[in-house]
Amino acid sequence: MAKRILIVDDEPNIVLSLEFLMKKAGYEVSTAEDGEQALAAIHEQHPDLVLLDVMMPRKDGFQVCQSIREEDEFQDLRIVMLTAKGRDLEQEKGLSLGADDYITKPFSTQDVVNKVRQLLGE
Amino acid sequence: MPQWAVLLTPFLYLGLLFAIAYWADLRAQTARSLVNNPYVYTLSIAVYCTAWTFYGSVGRASQDGLSFLTIYLGPTLAAVLWWLVLRKIIRICKIHRITSIADFIASRYGKSMLLGGLATVIAVVGITPYIALQLKAVSASFDVLLNFPQPAPAGAGALVEDKALWVATLLALFAILFGTRHVDATERLEGMVVAVAFESIVKLVAFLTIGVFVTWVLFNGPGDLVQRVAAEPAMREMLNPSGLPGGYTSWVALTVLSMAAILFLPRQFQVTVVENVNEDHLRTAAWLFPLYLFLINLFVLPIAMAGLIYFGDAPVDPDNYVLALPLAEGRELLALFVYIGGFSAATGMVIVASIALAIMVSNDLVMPSLLRLRHLPWIERLGLRRLIIYLRRLILVLILMLGYAYFRLTDDDYALVSIGLISFVAVAQFAPPILFGMYWKGASRAGALVGLSGGFLIWLYTLFIPSVIDPSHLPGMSSDGLFEGLWLLNPHALFGLEGLDAISHALFWSMFFNIGGLVLVSLYTRQSDMERIQAALFVDVFQRSERDARFWQGTATVGDLEDLLARFTGDAEAARAIRGYSRSRGARLTADQEAPAALINLAERILTGHIGSASARVMMSSIVKGEALTFEGVMEILDATSRAIEYSRQLEQKSRELELATAELRAANQRLTELDRLKDEFVSMVSHELRTPLTSIRAFGEILLGNQDVPMEQQQEFLQVIVKESERLTRLINQVLDLSRIESGWGDWQLKDLDLRDVVEDAVSATSQLFSDRKVKLVQTLPHTPCPLKGDSDRLIQLVINLLSNAVKFTEPERGPVKLEVSLRPSWVELRVTDRGPGIPEHEHLRVFEKFHQISDQQAGKPKGSGLGLAICKRIVDLHWGRIRVENAPTEGATFIVELPEAGGAHCDLAGDKA
Repeated sequence: MAKRILIVDDEPNIVLSLEFLMKKAGYEVSTAEDGEQALAAIHEQHPDLVLLDVMMPRKDGFQVCQSIREEDEFQDLRIVMLTAKGRDLEQEKGLSLGADDYITKPFSTQDVVNKVRQLLGE
Repeated sequence: MPQWAVLLTPFLYLGLLFAIAYWADLRAQTARSLVNNPYVYTLSIAVYCTAWTFYGSVGRASQDGLSFLTIYLGPTLAAVLWWLVLRKIIRICKIHRITSIADFIASRYGKSMLLGGLATVIAVVGITPYIALQLKAVSASFDVLLNFPQPAPAGAGALVEDKALWVATLLALFAILFGTRHVDATERLEGMVVAVAFESIVKLVAFLTIGVFVTWVLFNGPGDLVQRVAAEPAMREMLNPSGLPGGYTSWVALTVLSMAAILFLPRQFQVTVVENVNEDHLRTAAWLFPLYLFLINLFVLPIAMAGLIYFGDAPVDPDNYVLALPLAEGRELLALFVYIGGFSAATGMVIVASIALAIMVSNDLVMPSLLRLRHLPWIERLGLRRLIIYLRRLILVLILMLGYAYFRLTDDDYALVSIGLISFVAVAQFAPPILFGMYWKGASRAGALVGLSGGFLIWLYTLFIPSVIDPSHLPGMSSDGLFEGLWLLNPHALFGLEGLDAISHALFWSMFFNIGGLVLVSLYTRQSDMERIQAALFVDVFQRSERDARFWQGTATVGDLEDLLARFTGDAEAARAIRGYSRSRGARLTADQEAPAALINLAERILTGHIGSASARVMMSSIVKGEALTFEGVMEILDATSRAIEYSRQLEQKSRELELATAELRAANQRLTELDRLKDEFVSMVSHELRTPLTSIRAFGEILLGNQDVPMEQQQEFLQVIVKESERLTRLINQVLDLSRIESGWGDWQLKDLDLRDVVEDAVSATSQLFSDRKVKLVQTLPHTPCPLKGDSDRLIQLVINLLSNAVKFTEPERGPVKLEVSLRPSWVELRVTDRGPGIPEHEHLRVFEKFHQISDQQAGKPKGSGLGLAICKRIVDLHWGRIRVENAPTEGATFIVELPEAGGAHCDLAGDKA
C-alpha cells in the first residue's frame, strides 16, 4: 500500500507543486493550509510523513511539530520542515523540536523527492 | 477598698514592668532590639508626662482654667525645632560619647571639671522637688484610694511616712536593677527604655478611660459640662484663657519654660539623646509626641469641670479629682486602674530621672574627686569598675532619699504643678550654656561658669529656699517681714520687680543673670586651647568628622592604654577595644609599641563614656607623656581631615559621573543592538518573502522540464503560476526599493503646493483597471473647494494607490462599493478609505503598519500583499507631518484614516528635518 504524505503550506502554488511531485513519486497525498488544519489532518489520517511549512497563519510549523512530538502515537511520523528564511537558527530549532529533516525554499524538486524517499526507507 | 489590694497592685505592676524590662534586655542581647523603632522612642519621650500631668493638670485647670496647657504647648512648639537643635545635640553626644547634660556642658567648655560639677549640683538640687512631687502624688493617691471619702489625714502621720518611704525604696530598687548594671553609660539601657515606653501607654489609656467615663458616663458630654460651669459665676473664670495670675506674661513664660524643659530635663536628655538609636526617629517623634500630648490633655478640662461641679465645696483636693470621681461613684476597679495609671506616670519619671542623675553625679562629681585620691588602697582592691557600679547605686538611693526629704519638708503646702515648675526653672538654667555653646564658638568656660552660677543662685533664692522655708510661715521672713528694710531683696519681687507671678519672676531674673553673665564674661575672656578646640568641634559638628582627629602630640604605649582602659571597663572589654582598633587598621599592635594618636583618642572617648569627659581627660594625661596639641595644631589636623573628606567626596562625585556615562553608553549600545536586530529581522523577512514566489517558480520550472508527458492543460496551469509568481516577485522587489528610498528620508522628493483632490484623481485613474478587474465599484466624496497640501505629489499618489488597492483586494464585489472620502477640517485635510472586507481586529490596529505584518487569522486563499504596502503608507504620512490610523467601519470592513496638515502651517518651513 502506498505511503501517505501530508503537505502543509499556506502558499497554494507551493502546495500544488509538491502535490504533483509526491503523487508522481507514487504517494498518497493530502494537503492542509495552516497549522490547525494540519494537526486535525494528522490525527484523522495518520500520514507517514508531513511536509511542514514554518511560517503559517494560526499555529506555525514549530508549534505543530512540537505538539505532534508530545504525543506517543506519532513517534514514527516523519516530519520534514520547509523554511524560507534560510537561516541556520531556524533549521536548528526545527530539528531540536523533533523534525527529521529540513528543506530550504526554493528547493530542488529532485532533492525533495530523494529526501522523502530516504525517510520513508525506500 | 481593701488595703491589701491597694498595696499589692503596685507591687504586681512593678513586677510586670520588671519582666518587660528584663525581656527587652534579653532581646537586646540577642540582637533583636526593641528600641530601634521610632514608636518606642516616641513613647519613651512621653516620660515627660508625669504624675504632674496625671493628677496635677486637673488641679491646675480647676483653679486657672486653660493655663495648664502651657506645659504642653512648649514641647509641641519645641518639637518643630527638634530636627535642627536636638539632632545636633544627639550628633555631638554620639561622637563625643557624652551621656549627660552635665557632661555636655563640661565637655563643651574645655572638659571643665568645675562646670560639670556645678551643672550636676544644679541638676540634683533642681530635680529633687520634681522627684518629691512624684512621691507626693503617689502617696496622696494612695490615701485617697484608702480613705475616700474622708479627707487624707493632715500632716505627717505614721502611715504617710511609711508609704512615701516605701515607694521611694521600691523605686530605688527598680532603678538600681535596670540603671546600673553596666558601667558604660553609652551602652543603652534598653530594658529601661522599653519599660518606660510601656508605662507611657498605660498612663495614656488610664487617663483616656477616666476622661471618657467622667465626660460621657457621669455627665452628658462636654457641652453639658461647659453649660453647667458657665452657669456658676464662681467657676466661669476657668473658661477664660487669661485666668492665670500674671495673665499673658505667665503664658509666655510657662511656654518658654516648658520648651527648655523638654530638651534639658535630665530624664528627657536621657531618653531623647542618650538612648537615641537613630537620628531619623526624630522625624516620627516630632509629630507623634505632640499628638500624644494632645491626647493625654484632651480630658483635663472636662475632668476639672466635672470635679468642681460634682464636689462643690466638699474638701477634696482638685489634684485628686481623677481618683475621687470614680470612687465617689463606687467604681472601685476603675479607680484602681486610674491609680495604676498615675503610679506608672510617677514611676517612669522617678526611674529615668534618678538613673540620669546618678550617672551625672558619679561621672561629674564623685569620680573627679576620687581620681585625685587614686592611691587609696581599698579602691584598688575593689577595682574601679565595681566601684563605679556601687557608687551609682548608692547615689541612686541618696537621690531618692533627697526627694523624700524635700517631700517631708514641704509637706502639703504646694500644689503638684507649683512644685514641678520650680524644677523647670532650675533646668532652664542649662539652656544658655548649651544653646550658646552649640552655636557660638566664643562662649567661654568662664562665661558659662558665671552665668550658670548666677542663674542657679537666683533660682535658689527666689524659688527653692522659699519653697522649703515658706516665708509666710516663718515670722519675719515674709515678703514684707524680714526684708522690710531691704525691699530690693524681696525674693518674690527682686530689685523691685513686681507684678509677676513667682515662676515668671524667677525665670526672668535667673535668665537675666545667666545669659547676661555668659555673654558678657565670654566677650571679655580668652579661651584656652582646649576650650577653643571643643567649641569648634561642637559648633561645626555637621561640617567636620573628627573621628580620626588627634588631640595628643604626646606618646603612650599600647600596653599603658590597655591597662588604663581595663581599670574602668574590665580586661575583656579593653582588650576588645584594642583588638577592634588594630583590626580596622589592619595592623598588629604589641603592648610595648607606641600607640597611634587615633588610638589614644579612641581610648579617651571610651573612658568618657564611663567616667565623663573631664575625668577621662585627667586619666589620659596621667599616662600620655607630652603636651596636648594646641588649638592651631588640632584645627590644622581637622582641616586636613576635612580636605581629605572633600577629596574623597569629589572622587565619589567623579566615579558617579563615570557610572552615569557608562550607563548612557550601555543604553546607546543597547539601542544600536536593537536597531541591528530590527535590520536583521527585516532582511530575514525580505528573504522569506522573496523565496516564497521563487520556490513556486523553480518547482514548476523543474517539473515542466523533467516531465514532458504532463497534459497540455496542466502545463498551461503551471506556466500561469510561474508568470504570476514572477509578477509577485517583481512587485515585491519594487516595493522593497520604494520603502528603502522612503526610509532614507526626503532624498529626491519634490516639495510642492498640491491639491489633495488632484492627487486622489491621479490615484483613482491609476487603479481603475484594478477595480474593473475585480468588478468593485468606487464611490468618491470630494469637497468643492481646494484642499491645499504641501508635499511630494508622486509619494502622495502612491499613498492613495496603496490604500485603494488594499481596499479593493479585500472587498468582495457583491459586498458593495469601496468608499473614498476627502474632507476639510479646521487645520488639516482628512482622507478616508473604507473597504467592505472582513475588518481588522482591534489588537492589530497598530501592528498592521509594521513591515511584513500579516494578520494571523487571515484566511488562507485570500489575496495576500507583500506586507509592505501599509508600512510604506505610514512612512509617507509621517514624512508629511500627518497621522494614519485604522478603524473598523460601522458596517463591516475597515476604514483607513489619513490626516495631513493643511498647507501654510508652521510645518512647511521645516522641510527636510523630518528625514
